[in-house]
Amino acid sequence: MTAMSSASTVTPNGAKPKPMFAPGRVLIYTLLIVTSIYYLIPLYVMVITSLKDLDQIREGNIFIPTMKPTFDAWIKAWSAACTGLNCTGLAPGFWNSVFITIPSVIVSIAVASISGYTLANWPFKFAEWCFTILLVGSFIPYQVFLYPLVIITREMGIYSTLYAVIFVHTVFGLPILTLLFRNYFASLPEELFKAARVDGAGYWRIFFNVLMPMSLPIFSVAVILQVTGIWNDFLFGVIYAGPTNYPMTVQLNNIVNSLQGVKEYNVEMAATILTGLVPLTIYFLSGKYFVRGIAAGAVKG
Amino acid sequence: MSEVKRPNPLFRNLTAKLAASPMIFIVLVVFIGSTIWTVASSFTGIKTLPIFTPQEFYDNWVGWDQYVRLWNTPRWITSITNLAIYGVLYSGFAFIIGFLLAVLMDQKIRAEGVFRTIYLYPFALSFIVTGKVWAWILNPAFGLEKTVRDLGWASFSFDWLTNRDMSIYTVVIAGLWQGSGLVMALMLAGLRSIDDEIWHAARVDGIPKWRTYLQIVVPMMRPVMITIFVIVASGSVRVYDLVLALTQGGPGNSSQVPSMYIYEKLFVGALAQGTAASSVLLLATAIILVPWIIVEFGKKSRS
Repeated sequence: MTAMSSASTVTPNGAKPKPMFAPGRVLIYTLLIVTSIYYLIPLYVMVITSLKDLDQIREGNIFIPTMKPTFDAWIKAWSAACTGLNCTGLAPGFWNSVFITIPSVIVSIAVASISGYTLANWPFKFAEWCFTILLVGSFIPYQVFLYPLVIITREMGIYSTLYAVIFVHTVFGLPILTLLFRNYFASLPEELFKAARVDGAGYWRIFFNVLMPMSLPIFSVAVILQVTGIWNDFLFGVIYAGPTNYPMTVQLNNIVNSLQGVKEYNVEMAATILTGLVPLTIYFLSGKYFVRGIAAGAVKG
Repeated sequence: MSEVKRPNPLFRNLTAKLAASPMIFIVLVVFIGSTIWTVASSFTGIKTLPIFTPQEFYDNWVGWDQYVRLWNTPRWITSITNLAIYGVLYSGFAFIIGFLLAVLMDQKIRAEGVFRTIYLYPFALSFIVTGKVWAWILNPAFGLEKTVRDLGWASFSFDWLTNRDMSIYTVVIAGLWQGSGLVMALMLAGLRSIDDEIWHAARVDGIPKWRTYLQIVVPMMRPVMITIFVIVASGSVRVYDLVLALTQGGPGNSSQVPSMYIYEKLFVGALAQGTAASSVLLLATAIILVPWIIVEFGKKSRS
């Protein structure tokens, strides 16, 4: 917790190395702080710009903090910015993203956790063979699948609906999530599984009554991974969701590209922050799990 | 599991097999089926209507025509050149920056969590958000260029965003900001997996720290590094939203990337041209994947 509270004070004046440090240490901390500033600048510029009015933007420069912050740009970005002739702001996109993200996260995790459980505890040759293909397949560029997935979802009768995006997110979440769950279930003591078998528990009872209660950490990792990934998706939303379900990222892109006449940079930046707010909040609240999620696939693989 | 009695191996643990069927369906239909369809259709002349039967493929077969047309299209050449520039610079710099940051983080520093949080937060943001922020910072009329000029350096010029020769490099800058923290996190996990004994031994032998890193630690991390390389490089082949948000492929066509070309061809009635271009990306990814496959499957056969 002390680490989190000092996060806000990491500026050049905050964390100067103490004089008792050796020159090597001073160099290390200097490098760390300078690079940190570089990583933080875009966030700072984004927030500062969104709090200015247009006159302040024209007069000052993008790095100067504002003396009279205003949330007008945020309000406009949320409820009044235009995409083409539609002046509804980002709010509908936000709700679309919510309606895409929640079911996609649930379905993709359900399918992947059961697949991972099967691979770890009830393995059979064909499934393992499919899993290998899945892992290699996860590196294939999405472009290869774009049109076939249009055909597949059209044949399923769901193209251009919420169901199509949910399906596509389930497909592309499957490799990493299955890997995550398979490794986790395989790391649990095997006696647990055997004892449950001896007691007469079947496939589903072992999963729901024995393994799931002790798998909260890995489910949290998966939820965080999927919520941020799906919220940030642009391509699948644009192709499969249909115009009425466009997620927030698509609307952000449309709003910024369709601002006519005087460019309202403050509204643009406010819209950008609003779009990034959900994944950022999740990230800052769950730093450790987030790192575990992205590292699990790479290093354990 | 139950090796003693085996009535019919196909129906043994039927529930497990049924439960795995969504995964099997996705692998067979989406991953295998789609890849085959995309590659096969790239040898046909189809425009808007997809085809399925062998007869239809036979009737529409045009051989390598789509590929000949592809490599004679200036926009594709620009796109693939840009992808090469982006892929090499992004992967290379992400690797170097990620490794150096990981080494710095590995020096038993204070507030490690704070630094890690800072380096990694851009990775939680979408490419669209990343592109929009950097478009604003790099905007010559309002951003960095104007700021430096206002400070008194009137001739300062940083117009990469609107400069045909330099626009693709802005994509590299934004991409590195977004993705290098990930490389740092993965590298750090790799560094931490190295046994402390190695460090003790090196110190006892009087080997300087930087040499220990270069000559002992890096070679030991080779499998991790190859995995990271494959993740980073295969990710860079997909680059799309970032360019769309940052430059829209412009000015002109100067920062176009293959995914933009593919997207357009697929959905404006040049289906086979789009799938031919996709197949080229597939080939590029296959080349990147080779080292990873050697490591992964070599590991299994050794253990």
